[in-house]
Amino acid sequence: MIRLVGVGKTYEDGTVAVQELDLDVQRGELVVLVGPSGCGKSTTLKMINRLIEPTSGQIFIDGQDVTQADPVQLRRGIGYVIQQIGLFPHQKVIRNVMTVPLLYGESTATARERARELLDLVGLDAATYGDRYPHQLSGGQRQRVGVARALAANPPVLLMDEPFGAVDPVVRIRLQDEFLKIQRELGKSVVLVTHDIDEAVRMGDRVAVFETGGRLAQFGTPAQLLAHPADEYVEDFVGATRGLRRLTVTPIDPEHLEPLDGVSTGDLGSAIDVDATLEEALAAMLRDDKPLVGVRSGAQFVGVLTPAGIHRQLRASLK
Amino acid sequence: MLADVWGYLTDGSHWSGSTGIAAFLVQQLLLTVTAMVIAMVVGLPLAMYAGHRHRFGFLAVNVSNVGRAVPVFAVLLVLSLGPVGSEEFGPYGRAGLATLISLVLFALPPLITNTYVGITEVDNDIVEASRGMGMGERKVFTSVELPLAMSVIMTGVRLALVQVWATATIAALVAGPGLGRIITRGFANHRTYEVVAGAVLVAVVALLLEGLAVLAERYADPMRRAQRSDRRGRRTTLREEPLPEAVV
Repeated sequence: MIRLVGVGKTYEDGTVAVQELDLDVQRGELVVLVGPSGCGKSTTLKMINRLIEPTSGQIFIDGQDVTQADPVQLRRGIGYVIQQIGLFPHQKVIRNVMTVPLLYGESTATARERARELLDLVGLDAATYGDRYPHQLSGGQRQRVGVARALAANPPVLLMDEPFGAVDPVVRIRLQDEFLKIQRELGKSVVLVTHDIDEAVRMGDRVAVFETGGRLAQFGTPAQLLAHPADEYVEDFVGATRGLRRLTVTPIDPEHLEPLDGVSTGDLGSAIDVDATLEEALAAMLRDDKPLVGVRSGAQFVGVLTPAGIHRQLRASLK
Repeated sequence: MLADVWGYLTDGSHWSGSTGIAAFLVQQLLLTVTAMVIAMVVGLPLAMYAGHRHRFGFLAVNVSNVGRAVPVFAVLLVLSLGPVGSEEFGPYGRAGLATLISLVLFALPPLITNTYVGITEVDNDIVEASRGMGMGERKVFTSVELPLAMSVIMTGVRLALVQVWATATIAALVAGPGLGRIITRGFANHRTYEVVAGAVLVAVVALLLEGLAVLAERYADPMRRAQRSDRRGRRTTLREEPLPEAVV
């Protein structure tokens, strides 16, 4: 869907923002660019919608070379969400969301209808919030409006620059979850920039780790990154607790469950759903102070998970 | 003394005639409005373009500084003695052209500085977001930069307007047009009440113009609308249960 081939950015003063970079984003995939500040992740994002012109390489969206496209037309087909959200403070929420449909030449009525749908989609009641101004909303609500505005023209591609940076941790996790749900529902191809490795492994189908100086250090699934850091830099960046982080990105595998028979009922605490991650399984064990946790699929028990089972599964996921 | 001033101002005969208060008042208003229109037509587009491009800031600021440093009176004097002369100039009266040019030069600095600064100071994130959504440059300027800079631009217009009005009074020092003539006439004839009456008139009209400009500013600034809705908004927020952040 999006393909970067040898893309680089060197400023006139010789500063290299991004080194020769190859990257691809599949249709419906969420790719996270993560790294410390000054690593060129935002620059890379802005080269995709040509807010910054690359000095080398080519960028294709749907097979079309974006460097040959009219930047204004190009950007209308790409949703764009930034950290400070960039809502227009002088326009009501509904008007903000109507922006791109109106740029496309939709009638006010159609654009308004579309904006209402989008506000509902991101969980804001259009009747309540549509006529408010951005400063009358909380940070989390503004962020939702930012996402609604980016989605309003139904672009196949979404670029997000630290979209959840401006909200507190509790709200951030909620917004991340909701966004993942919307993204899966709508099947958008998303490139998301963050400096937060937790956010990266939480949200990314694949994660690109950048190093200061614009070098792409590693590009892979969160599990690959955590289990097999390509070099010392990545190892350091994913952190000493990367073993724990792997729990959050590894789902329960029914193959490694143990049968329910022979388990004394006294050892069995609560049960978790089979869709949960290993982190949730371990958390349940620690919380209940039990040596194992039940796993169910709906109302049906499918087995129990033990610490040894978790370990086996983590090792298996390395392969 | 105050009674003399009041008497002078309320005596209808002082208002009429070609050297009456009314004629001078109209002349000075005409001067002010013309000078403002010319200064805005010349200065605003230049400053808007420079602001949008984030360029020529050095020029914009320095033009203003020079404008502030050179006394209007000196310009007026040089112009009326020199090339422009002090002939009658249409409805603007004697030395009308010299006065107009001086006033335009005087009006430009606040207009240019405020417009340039107002536009360059618009939050860059918002401008970039609007480009990122696919607005063309013209659209970025008209829908985002201009509305958000409007309050600063209008403050420049208000400053310029009141300054130009007040400064137009000194045209009388080169025997030019305007209410200053009442003041110089009072001085020449040792009629202090006439001097004071002229000064009072200038001050009262200055306040009126200031008031009008404030109204125009309110009308033109879209952010004021956003803030006005706060007062309404607060009432509605109180009525409906405000949902906690984590839930909303």
